[in-house]
Order: sequence, then C-alpha cells, then structure tokens
Amino acid sequence: MMSINIPSYRQAFMLMLKRDLTIALRHKDDIFNPLLFFIIVVTLFPLGIGPEASTLSRIAPGIIWVAALLATLLSLDRLFKADFADGSLEQMMLIPQPLFIIVLAKIIAHWLITGLPLIFIAPVLAVLLHLNENSYGALMITLLIGTPVLSFIGAIGVALTVGIKKGGVLLSLIVLPLYIPVLIFATSAIDTAAMNLPYSGQVAIIGALFFTSFTLAPFAVSAALKVSTN
Amino acid sequence: MWKWLHPYANPEITYHFTGKLTPWFTWLSIILLAIGLTWALLFAPADYQQGESFRIFYIHVPAAILSMSIYVGMAIAAFSGLVWQLKLADASAAALAPVGAVFTAIALITGAAWGKPMWGTWWIWDARLTSELILLFLYLGVIALHNAFEDKALAGKAAGILAIVGVINIPIIKYSVEWWNTLHQGATVSKFGKPAMSADMYWPFLFCFFGFAFFVAAVTCLRFKTEILSRNSMRPWVKALVKEEIK
Repeated sequence: MMSINIPSYRQAFMLMLKRDLTIALRHKDDIFNPLLFFIIVVTLFPLGIGPEASTLSRIAPGIIWVAALLATLLSLDRLFKADFADGSLEQMMLIPQPLFIIVLAKIIAHWLITGLPLIFIAPVLAVLLHLNENSYGALMITLLIGTPVLSFIGAIGVALTVGIKKGGVLLSLIVLPLYIPVLIFATSAIDTAAMNLPYSGQVAIIGALFFTSFTLAPFAVSAALKVSTN
Repeated sequence: MWKWLHPYANPEITYHFTGKLTPWFTWLSIILLAIGLTWALLFAPADYQQGESFRIFYIHVPAAILSMSIYVGMAIAAFSGLVWQLKLADASAAALAPVGAVFTAIALITGAAWGKPMWGTWWIWDARLTSELILLFLYLGVIALHNAFEDKALAGKAAGILAIVGVINIPIIKYSVEWWNTLHQGATVSKFGKPAMSADMYWPFLFCFFGFAFFVAAVTCLRFKTEILSRNSMRPWVKALVKEEIK
C-alpha cells in the first residue's frame, strides 16, 4: 500500500500562489505592459483636455480610477488563458482540494502582479494631474482595497469567456458594468477627501465590496470554469 | 408536491404545454392593450401640469417595471437551472434576455422622449436613468455571452451565471448610483412629483401594465419554444413535428 500525501488546503493555496508568481516573474511583460498602459492612458487625458491645473485636479480621481479599471481589464486575460490553452487548468480542477482554494490563490497572485504595481505608480501620476494634496491618502486607500475587487469580479468574467476564441471585447462588455460601484465609491472618497471631509463611509463600503467579492466571487469563478472547460 | 411539476422536465411535454399557453397570452395581451391604450391615449384625463405629454407614462412605466422584473425572473430561472440542473430553466432564461433588453431600451427611449418636453433635455444623469442604462448593459452582456458559445446548453449555463452575478450587483449598482447622483449634482429635476394617482388615470395604467406583461409572456413563450426546438433538433419528436409542418 502506498500512501499518497495530500497537501493541506493551506499548502495547496501557497503552492498555487508561488507557481503563478514564479511564472509572472519569468514573463516580466505581464507585469510591465499593463503598468505602461496605465501610464499612457493617464497621459492621454491632459493632452486631450488641456493643461489647466484646475480642470485636471478636478477630474484626476476619475481619470486615475478609469485608467486603473482599464489596465486591470487588459491584464485579466492572463489569469486563466495560458493555463486553459495548455490544459493545466483542467488538471488543476482535478486536484482533490476544492477549486475555491485554487481560484482564490490565482486571483490573489493576479492582484499581486497587476494591482499592486498600479498602487505604487498611482501617486506619481496623481502629481502629474495636480491631484488635490488632501486626496493622496484616500487615493492610496481606495486603490489598495478597490483593485482586489476588480481582480475578483474580473475573474468571473474571464472564467466565463476563457473558452471563447474572441473573448476580449466580450470580457469588457461583461465586466465593466459590474465595476461601476467600485468606481463610484472610490472617486467619491477621493473627492470628499479633497474637501477635507471624512471619507470613511465610502472606504467602508469599498471594504464591504471587497469582502463580498472575496467570499462569493471564487464560487462563481469555480462554477464558470466548470462550464468553460466542460 | 413535485409530482405535478415533474413531467415538465421533458422538453416535448413542455413544448406542447407552452404551445397551448401562447394563444391565451397573446389574446389577453391584445385585448388588454387595445382597451388600455385607447383608454389611456384618448379618454384618460391629461395631467394638470404636464398636459398631453404625460400620456407616454402609460408605456414608459410598464416598460420600466417589466425591464427590472424580467431581469429578476431571468436570474431566478438561471439559478434554478444551476442548482437543480434543469436544462429547460436555462432555456427560459435565454428566452427572456432579449425581451428584457428590448423593454429596457423602450423604457430608456420613451423616458428620453418624455424628458425632452418636461425637463428640456433628452438625457440627464439622474439616478434612475443611469441605473436603467446600466441594466441595459447587463442585459447586453448576458445576450452577448449567450451568443458567443456554439453549444447552446453551455451558453445557457454561462449566461445564467452572469445573470446571477448581475442580480447580486443590481441593488449595489442602484444604491451606488443614487449616492453618486446626490453627491455630484444635488437635487435635480424631481421625478414624478405628485401624490397618489386618481382612479381614472390608474385604471388605464393597470390595463396597460397587464397588457404589456402578457405581451412579454407571449413573446417569451414563442422564444422558449424556439429554444427548445433548436436544442432538441436531433430528437425524433422534433423531426416528426417538422415533417408534419412540411406536409
């Protein structure tokens, strides 16, 4: 009798996380391209609207957040696509651990690769856009809690479209409407901070969105992956 | 308790049952709409503030109510399809989606047509208008996802998951849009600012509403039948039906 050592949930989670991070670090384009996209999109707005500092500082929160949304959307594809293409996704679904664990690890890895760098670069771009000085804290906090929500909700969209050949445009059509609450509360928190008012209410709601998507999205992703891989 | 429901898991029985229901819904809808629209457009009193242009209310409000209830109905169908693996529930969700999208579009267009004389503009970023627009996007997402799959059974499941995710999001979106609206622009033109309606306006509205509701039921039945046929096109009973049709 051979006994097979089945890794615990935590081990499976860490293994998956480490695997995805290693793959990403070996393909550095995956990290830098969405970041570059983020920077370029933000740069386009002053060119289109005009260089007046007052206008720019008024719309800076919206621009940064919309650009972050689009950058996340652009990077979502790499969440499942490569694994789906080479068949390893189906192998992962056969692992004795619940799919929930695997999916959670993959989404968190995705956020570490694409969401976290955005947060580091955002203050620099905020300077370029003359963001109000009081707003920097709010910008960082909303990005820190808000971008994981984008990854979680986006993962549902990717899981649904991963089997479709031209899923890219479809993905944005599905996911962007679901991003609206995050956008609204994040920008309103930043605007409120600019007026020197407390913005804890908005942050609390983004936090609620974070925990809701954290707990529910992996289930939806698992169900969607089962449909997509069939 | 489930015994009477059980035979309807069979596509053939459901197909014929739906076929029997369709003319009822169609005629009910035609009669109710004929009475309701004539009453509403010709005989109901004009509004004392808004005048004759108020009459678009009789189309706009039923469409708006139905656009939201159809989404919920679609999500419930998708949910039961996902939980109890009812293939026909997925089919009915797929049948409902375009109908709901059209009613959302009707609500938006009639709203714009109503807004022009009342508010002086086709569109304002009012909380209700915005959430209705987002609802349209959600519908279009479900429809696009459904069309993207070759295999209709898979398409139904995938679109169903999206519909369920959407229905969780709808209250959040609605709430967030309302907050966004009050934060960004304060009180805009107030919506229908008047107390309870008088009876001679309310009755034609009821007729119109149920007329449109049965219209939705009839169209959905037709689409549902088509969905059943296209999903079971290889089955002998469908082939027999087609043969009869050709004769």
